[in-house]
Amino acid sequence: MTIDLDGLALPGPTITAVTAPFWQAAALGKLIIQRCGDCRSYVFYPRALCPRCWSSRLGWVEASGRGTLKSYSRIHKPGHPAWEPAAPYIVGLVELEESPTMLSFIHAAENIAIGDCLELSPTRFGGRTLPAFRKTTD
Amino acid sequence: MRSLRRKAAIAGIGELKPQRRTSGRTTLDMIAEVSRLAVMDAGLEPGAIDGLLVGPQVGETPQHVPATVAEYLGLKPTMANVVDLGGASGAGMVWRAAAAVAAGMCEAVLCVLANTREDVPARSTNRNPIREFDVPFGASGANVSYALLMQAHMAIYGSTAEDFARIAVWARANAQVNPDAIFHGRPATLDDVLASPMIASPLHLLEIVMPVAGGDALVIVSADRAKSLRGQPVYVLGGGEKVTHRAVSQAPSLTSGPLKPAMARALDQAGLPAAEMDLLSLYDCYTIMVATTIEDLGLCAPGQFGQWVRDHDLGFTGDRPVNTHGGQLGFGQPDLAGGMTHIVEAVRQLRGSAHGRQIRNPRYALATGNGATMSEATALVLGAA
Ligand SMILES: [Zn+2]
Repeated sequence: MTIDLDGLALPGPTITAVTAPFWQAAALGKLIIQRCGDCRSYVFYPRALCPRCWSSRLGWVEASGRGTLKSYSRIHKPGHPAWEPAAPYIVGLVELEESPTMLSFIHAAENIAIGDCLELSPTRFGGRTLPAFRKTTD
Repeated sequence: MRSLRRKAAIAGIGELKPQRRTSGRTTLDMIAEVSRLAVMDAGLEPGAIDGLLVGPQVGETPQHVPATVAEYLGLKPTMANVVDLGGASGAGMVWRAAAAVAAGMCEAVLCVLANTREDVPARSTNRNPIREFDVPFGASGANVSYALLMQAHMAIYGSTAEDFARIAVWARANAQVNPDAIFHGRPATLDDVLASPMIASPLHLLEIVMPVAGGDALVIVSADRAKSLRGQPVYVLGGGEKVTHRAVSQAPSLTSGPLKPAMARALDQAGLPAAEMDLLSLYDCYTIMVATTIEDLGLCAPGQFGQWVRDHDLGFTGDRPVNTHGGQLGFGQPDLAGGMTHIVEAVRQLRGSAHGRQIRNPRYALATGNGATMSEATALVLGAA
């Protein structure tokens, strides 16, 4: 079953001045994350300071888009009613190659398992392009 | 590290019978009802209450909550504050109250949490990182987060759906001896739990608390004051707390939580090992929370909670009583007060007043609180007089 995710009236992100570059890049199908200019940590979600060393010298870098599935859940009863037409769908924790973990939508595959290699799969949700993931194809 | 051991005692408890719905009630009037029960139980006059700890009231009283509650109750406390630790708020209140009493800020602290369940609750107006980075991907609410923890536990340790379901079966079994429990008269079998609808895999409906309206309150006094009161005090022997993250994506671990150091610290302050606890009153918003707490407490090796549960009898007559009031899985979850039900039950058991489900001569109890996604943790060791 294919759901028209783009046609659903879904709650979008609540964008702030600090996070705006992330969502602007997402709209172009890119995944960018912050990197600390002092301790060199990669940071996600975007912040005004580095949570490791409290430096404010944070810059943006494009992530490789590769990651590993740390956990997942097939959502049968969504917490937000706008997602009901899409259920069941999969939400997962993606450990990015750069090391931070982000929560994302995971495109369903035949067999999905923790430890699977994932790749970025920009997807339209409710009129916005967001950084979703899918199992690596190669 | 300085210890709170025996500096303060719980002198009074109050609890409202949970209800699925309320009509025309306000949080303030629920707070008043349960506060009166606790203060009367302590044998104190309202005027003796000089400390007040309350929970947040999102969407109702966004600011000045302690003053609003104090005014409503006619109190003029010398210490008043909000404790905002989700399901750990109740336990967090107790050790803050004990610390305030020990520091001379006040002598008798009312800790109170209550909630209504009127029709059509408003959707939250959050603008926090979870709202920004989780909700747009289809992850709203706690069910998804705990499902992610549970799936990770199953993948890493090979724990099974039955292992988790057995925790819900015990909660329902214990609720059968608590007439106030929302599931009193409705036990559940392993098959019932496993056949209940899948909400967010691998989490079944019956592994999730039922939201209810209700309230719980406690009165904490100095150890000296406790001796002069007519009731039987229960002493605070140790406390510990840890807050590690908010969103599940930021959790340092998916299979061990901040309760691990919080419980270790509480037991260390009390000078007691986990094995000495006659009651484990463990926060149970979901079955996975109890599983992780059993492992973090060191009752078994990581990943082995399933075998531990099979090896023990968790009822009030059993070798390892856990959540004798039914836990929140059996009693119902009155929002933030849900975490306080574990403390109120520990007090009843240690006073010997848990009618119809009394553990034989209990001396010590461990009560835990947990908020958000295994994010905020508070543990208390309580001792009989
Ligand atoms: Zn840094």
